[in-house]
Amino acid sequence: MTETLSSRTASTTRVVNQAVPRRDSHEKLRGRTRYAGDVDIAGQLHARLVRSPVPSARIVARDASAALQVPGVVAVLFGEDVPNNEIPTNTAGIKGRPLPPSWVLAVERVRYHGEPVALIVAESPRALAAAEALVEVEYDVLPVVSDPERALEPGSPEVHEGGNLLSQWRIDRGDVDRAFAEAPIVVEGSYEAQVVDHAYLELETGIGWLDDEGVINIKASTQEIEHYRRIAHIVGLPDSKVRVQAPYLGGGFGGKEDMTVEPYIALAVQRTGRPVKMVWSRQESLTARAKRHPVRMRYRTAAAADGTLLAHDIEIVSDAGAYPLLSGFVLLYITLNAAGPYRCDNVRVHSRAAYTNNTPGSAFRGFGGMQPVLAYEAQIDRVADAAGRDRVEVRKANAFVVGDRIPAGQRIETAVWLPQCIDAVLEAIGPRPEPSSPEHRVGLGLACNVQPYGRVAWMNDSASAWVGCERDGGVVVRCGVPDVGGGQVSSLAQIAAEVLHVPMDSVTVHFGDSARTPLAGRTTATRQLYMSGNAVLSAAEELRGQLLEGVAQVTGQPVSELTLTEGGVLTPGGVVPLAEVVAMCLASGVAINAMRTYFAPTGEPVTELVDSERIVPDFTFGAHAAYVEVDTRTGQVRPLRYVAAHDVGRAINPLSVRGQIQGAVVQGIGYALTERIVYDEGVNLTGAFYQYAIPTAADCPEIEVAILESGEGVGPFHARGIGEPPIGPCAATLASAVEDAVGARPATLPMLAETVLACVDQGGRA
Amino acid sequence: MTGGMGTAETTITLNGAKVTGQAPADTTLVRWLREQAHAYEVKEGCNEGTCGTCTVLVDGRAATGCTTLAVQVDGATVETSASLADGEELSPLQAKIWENGAAQCGFCTQGMLMSAVELLRSGVEVTPAVVREHLHGNLCRCTGYQAIVDAVVDAAAEGATR
Repeated sequence: MTETLSSRTASTTRVVNQAVPRRDSHEKLRGRTRYAGDVDIAGQLHARLVRSPVPSARIVARDASAALQVPGVVAVLFGEDVPNNEIPTNTAGIKGRPLPPSWVLAVERVRYHGEPVALIVAESPRALAAAEALVEVEYDVLPVVSDPERALEPGSPEVHEGGNLLSQWRIDRGDVDRAFAEAPIVVEGSYEAQVVDHAYLELETGIGWLDDEGVINIKASTQEIEHYRRIAHIVGLPDSKVRVQAPYLGGGFGGKEDMTVEPYIALAVQRTGRPVKMVWSRQESLTARAKRHPVRMRYRTAAAADGTLLAHDIEIVSDAGAYPLLSGFVLLYITLNAAGPYRCDNVRVHSRAAYTNNTPGSAFRGFGGMQPVLAYEAQIDRVADAAGRDRVEVRKANAFVVGDRIPAGQRIETAVWLPQCIDAVLEAIGPRPEPSSPEHRVGLGLACNVQPYGRVAWMNDSASAWVGCERDGGVVVRCGVPDVGGGQVSSLAQIAAEVLHVPMDSVTVHFGDSARTPLAGRTTATRQLYMSGNAVLSAAEELRGQLLEGVAQVTGQPVSELTLTEGGVLTPGGVVPLAEVVAMCLASGVAINAMRTYFAPTGEPVTELVDSERIVPDFTFGAHAAYVEVDTRTGQVRPLRYVAAHDVGRAINPLSVRGQIQGAVVQGIGYALTERIVYDEGVNLTGAFYQYAIPTAADCPEIEVAILESGEGVGPFHARGIGEPPIGPCAATLASAVEDAVGARPATLPMLAETVLACVDQGGRA
Repeated sequence: MTGGMGTAETTITLNGAKVTGQAPADTTLVRWLREQAHAYEVKEGCNEGTCGTCTVLVDGRAATGCTTLAVQVDGATVETSASLADGEELSPLQAKIWENGAAQCGFCTQGMLMSAVELLRSGVEVTPAVVREHLHGNLCRCTGYQAIVDAVVDAAAEGATR
């Protein structure tokens, strides 16, 4: 830990905490930003995958001879051609059982629709298309299991040898049975959420080439440049022989956390020695790339007569799809967030993730913190109703306070502004709109959430950053963050500009390069501002000290008499411009750059039973409110107005914070109302974008954001992470609003017309 | 025509400059613009006419470049997002989007801008509801649309047409 108290308690800032237009947006608006797919190299080849058309089969035969006859086809690779075809799994599983690997290219068996089987490399996309149909793969179809609960029953077809249980976690806190036996209020509910796709607009894409050092370079749309080690393993090279660069991304949302195009590009470059470009189609992306886990959640909740929560008994089953990817960790997040932002001393959670022949599940914004919100917010409403108390008051009465333990054992160490967030949204939501016809009903919904930020403690997370001065007084930051579109890079520039008292424009940031920028970890887990921001803050503070030291050496003034100010160092004799300060440092043997690593708090790994003093670094809390209108004839739900409030500790850039929250709300509205991937016995039927209904501008309401600043996060300048948290409450907010409108609450996502019409019938207000 | 499977010489006026190149009959406008004219600002997001990232103006009307064939626009005027700024200086619409934080990942922005320009030039009274309806063919996964809608309304209020 390298942060200092001085800057953390700074009360006034010039650049940080200001709504400054993002530095990257300017060039993006001019159309000049080069995304990974916007790079072409003379002489490049093109690569494409042949994917399994069936969800479960033994591969009987493969033959590339006809495809190789197509003019322009350079190579066709099968699994045997991959130096290390097994991709080791790095997720949490169950005790005593090794997790199965996934495969770069399937050799003996395919386990999901769209699994890669062969890689074609050719001179042109046209040749690829012609060759694809000619790569002959013969499949012997095997039984399919596509329901996670059926997959866990004895006798189910095995996706991997040894049974279909991938991972399970438990929380067992207090005396749950006794609490239920004695409680005056017990409420029960079952909830279900669907598979959804990230649907970022920039497809999975990249280009690779071999450089003069024999390093395979890959420029790709990825949230994780440090896959270079994995890629090197796959192609059988030392880690140092693969370099990954991530230019600005056209969205990620977790879908570019696992590798996508990178290993295939590396293989093709290795095989041909030529530059190779790979772009997945939207149809491939929808069919085969990892998705958000669908879940079934069964809750029993006990409460005192006044609505004080006494106990939860929770059973959750998640569909992990065909390979482990990050499912074990996502399930851990589902488990540790299962009871929400409310104090409860008796909690039992049993969660299981099952293999099926569906598309693998993995990271998606919210990462398991999202799914349970639908359930715990419905449960607390049922408790309030049973107690005859106001739902808002019951939430406030049960909300965590500093010092409480979450059911998984960790103490809450920073402010819990849940009541403040609730007050903010209820004040901002305004008067109830009139329904547009006698057949319409308007309802108000409210939901809260908690979402951790930063990685799980036993990942021993760290981020490094380098900050230096040029001789002209300019400032350079080098930090290996991938910028997925959330303004990660711009925020680092703000932090450096703040500490070093320079304008934003004189800070240049080099980012996202595994060979040439200090490694800062993946842009996931709402960790980049927290981790890299702390690293840049620390390095900039170190550099500030060095700059003062250099002036002290030359002028003979004690450092205590010197301060960094706008334009340079303020001395009793006037301001020394930064360029001269740099010269003074160099003349007196003081470095003009600093590199620092920020280490997150660590903790012992937990296995199966989740009970630990330290699981995550900290939490972000929020509340959302919305008006919806329900058409009681059609079951259509239309959000009319939406307000979201989150305590972000301190907003480094309020403009970016607002953008993250508004964007998450719309992604959450899609999750709540329209988006789903549909399977028929493992066959993914949602293979085109027109079949996947993400909300358009015309579908979305006005969205107002309230940014609350408790000043108590663990990020730079007391910031909290905000990338993932605001997607959490949306579905619960809209479910609550539908209930207010028609008298019964949808418990299954998305809230399709038939679900809502059933609520209309049940509610009896049509 | 150069024979074979059908390749036609295609000439368009792209952002004010004449561009001529061969276009196989099945080549979409978005691919032709990127590959032949190096107009990388035109993005491909779905190749099926759903997402709108490849929206350009063809003779002043918004069209998705993935559902338009290059040979169809021979002789036409095509405008992309690269035509809007005046050198380093953003157009009034772009400036509103920039100030408002309405370009995040920036990928949908290229098509979104052109649909918005079509609206601004139309002379229609621009309200938030009109903007939302007009932009419904341009998907955005980052911003939640609110900042974009606000920026277009603000730009219209100042009489911007680009």
